[in-house]
Amino acid sequence: MFAYIVRRLFLMLVTLFGISVIIFVLLRVVPGNIVDILFAAAGYVDPADKANLERELGLNQPIVMQYLSWIGGLLHGDLGYSYVSEKPALQEILPRIPITARLAGLALLFSASIGIPLGVISAVHQGTKLDYALRVVSLSGLSLPSFWLGLLILMASVSMFGTMPIFNPNPKTWFEAFTIYAVPAAAVGFRSAALTMRITRSSMLEILRQDYIRTARAKGASEASVNYHHALKNAVLPVITVIGIEAAFLIGGLIVTETVFNIPGIARFLVEALRWRDYPIVQNLVMFIAVVVVVMNFIVDMLYAAIDPRIRFGD
Amino acid sequence: MRSVQALAVAVLSLLAISDVSYANGEPKSGGSLRIYHRDSPGSASIHEGATYSLNVPFMPIFNNLVIFDQHIAQNSVSTIRPELAESWAWSADNKTLTFKLHKDVKWHDGKPFTAADVKCTFDMLMGKSQQKFRQNPRKSWYDQVEEVTTNGDYEASFKLKRPQPALLSLLASGYTPIYPCHVSPAEMRTKPVGTGPFKFVEFKANESIKLVKNPDYFKKGLPYLDGIEFTIITNRSTAILGFVSGKFDMTFPTEVSIPLLKDVKSQAPNAVCVVEPNNVSTNIIINSTSPPFDNIDVRRALALALDRKAFIQIMFEGQGDIGGTMEPAPQGLWAMPKEMLESIPGYGPNIEQNREEARKLMQKAGYGPDKHLQLKVSTRNIAVYRDPAIILIDQLKSIYIDAELDVVDTAQWFPKVARKDYSLGLNLTGNAVDDPDQSFYENYACGSERNYTNYCNKDIEKLFDKQSEETDVEKRKKLVWEIDKKLQEDVARPIIFHARTGTCWQPYVKNITVMSNSSYNGYRYEDVWLDK
Repeated sequence: MFAYIVRRLFLMLVTLFGISVIIFVLLRVVPGNIVDILFAAAGYVDPADKANLERELGLNQPIVMQYLSWIGGLLHGDLGYSYVSEKPALQEILPRIPITARLAGLALLFSASIGIPLGVISAVHQGTKLDYALRVVSLSGLSLPSFWLGLLILMASVSMFGTMPIFNPNPKTWFEAFTIYAVPAAAVGFRSAALTMRITRSSMLEILRQDYIRTARAKGASEASVNYHHALKNAVLPVITVIGIEAAFLIGGLIVTETVFNIPGIARFLVEALRWRDYPIVQNLVMFIAVVVVVMNFIVDMLYAAIDPRIRFGD
Repeated sequence: MRSVQALAVAVLSLLAISDVSYANGEPKSGGSLRIYHRDSPGSASIHEGATYSLNVPFMPIFNNLVIFDQHIAQNSVSTIRPELAESWAWSADNKTLTFKLHKDVKWHDGKPFTAADVKCTFDMLMGKSQQKFRQNPRKSWYDQVEEVTTNGDYEASFKLKRPQPALLSLLASGYTPIYPCHVSPAEMRTKPVGTGPFKFVEFKANESIKLVKNPDYFKKGLPYLDGIEFTIITNRSTAILGFVSGKFDMTFPTEVSIPLLKDVKSQAPNAVCVVEPNNVSTNIIINSTSPPFDNIDVRRALALALDRKAFIQIMFEGQGDIGGTMEPAPQGLWAMPKEMLESIPGYGPNIEQNREEARKLMQKAGYGPDKHLQLKVSTRNIAVYRDPAIILIDQLKSIYIDAELDVVDTAQWFPKVARKDYSLGLNLTGNAVDDPDQSFYENYACGSERNYTNYCNKDIEKLFDKQSEETDVEKRKKLVWEIDKKLQEDVARPIIFHARTGTCWQPYVKNITVMSNSSYNGYRYEDVWLDK
């Protein structure tokens, strides 16, 4: 088990190094930098002013020096300064992480708490009207874009209640505090729950046909015990993988939801930073998301190994 | 004599402010004005930006020497009011403009405001000081200012190289706040310090901008509001829904398009909405340094092919204006008379006749039904640029031009234009001040940084100077018309249309005036109040 963990950790570090190089190079390959954007916003280009600004921001240095300077700073906890706000990048990024984490956490909770039970019910009642109804719901969840659903929710709120659940940093009531996260989480979680439900259903159907399930029934185990104790425990492995991937995706993939509900999380911030070519923010945020993805994968691997011992011995 | 006039203007302006306040009932103090902001400004420094996304939230922090009356929609010399200056006077030779300053003004950090701050601000704008702006987009506004001098702590004078009556209008723009000497440009980008009615509290990029009442404001009794909160909402649908649901007291100024305005009025029938021109023209930039537009016939054919009314009908349901470089009348002060405008090739009402003429010119240049000209229309990847570009491409088909849309990322737009890596470009030009000096020198003078096409006509440049020096308004107007006509005939930068846009606020918001010949100057908000 120890060797397994060490191997996985080593792979993590190599992956992160690779990602850092890719992020850095790709950002510089994209045409234009912050100086171009600033002058575009001001509607003129003055070559002397432009050169001064590039020098001031260190953009005139060779790319290798810029990379070393970034990685060196990163290793010392210095993420640099945002080119746009001129504030420390850490100060800009940190307050936004809990906002996105809360939204992603609630969306995952919604996804798991709705998707898994409905997946089990659908599988257990395969071929019934209930199964068909649940499958239609899951298909619609996968088909409806979350931005469309989000806008629909906002329009319906305004039309029916005369208010709407967009972000407010200082909610006045606990209900408002809950709705500003719960409603967008539901809009995102609907799609995620549909995916979880479909994976749970297909995995359950496969497991329910196994010999040991028949044996459990023959031994007189109750339906609930067969479905939830014997079958679900073994069917849950692919579901964990999907939830892990979704968790990683949700950290960086909430851009549309954050925009529609005006939530100042990291996904929207990342896109804005990219628009301004604010390298320190983009590099560090993408690196942060990469770390989350890699760590989530690591946790999923660990869970796999814990749930199915064959994996750690066979790896 | 001029000093007396200025004093009279000062008194009248105070009366005007009182009139406006009381016309809407007794003003009430308190409450915060909640406005959504359309995007996250790059910084908080008005002098370093060139978008009204900066002016709207940060203008309430500052004062100018003089300011356009905040309650008269049409900015003009006669609506200029004193602000940090108590009065102003021109010298007899019209080459020195002297301001007497208020004595009891303090910066938000408690330091006193003096004439040295005025000198500092303009020295920095003219590039004469040690401290430099990171960007200085309006440096050319002060090309005729030789120096700014002080006489004691409360008098500042602008010494000009030659008479320039328009200087006063430039100083009255929302783009011309006075900055403190003791605060660096870098600090002004992140934590601006002003003398204005509101103090800066915080600017969270992509999130919000907060201002709070300045209790020591030198205009006693103002401001009425406790603060102003801007919530940055980039999604237009969410922003409009927020206004309709009452989460905001006001939309972002001049940001409600004509089609959206109908939605707002249907969902919030009590909302007060106004539609005004904003002195932004949509125009075509032409690369006349290389074929095919190095040929004046092809340029003229292009100008003749435009059906301006169709643009306005499609994009604004008819609510737009046709004009030259200067904003069309009646809101625009310097617009050519209708008959003069219609005498310019391409502006005549018979579009088919114009296009027939255009086709003849194209055939003369070697194109025709069997040989179409292939080119790209480049523009920024933003709806207000993209949409008219598509209509333009459609109209060009009528004169044997098969054009393709080339959308360019904002970061690449100006470098591409500067490289002359385009044939035709669709561009928007906003004018902060409805004055020919601002428009002509900035967009058409030889060597100007914002003269993207590098149009250069020395004869017209002489006329620029002539009109700029002219103190008689009527004589100046005639010169301006002549110049504008010539610019359109030269196809320097064909103007397609001037847009109109909407602004809405809840009925309890009082004393909002939307300017009709600039979208950069009307956001001091010192006497705005909430009737709740």
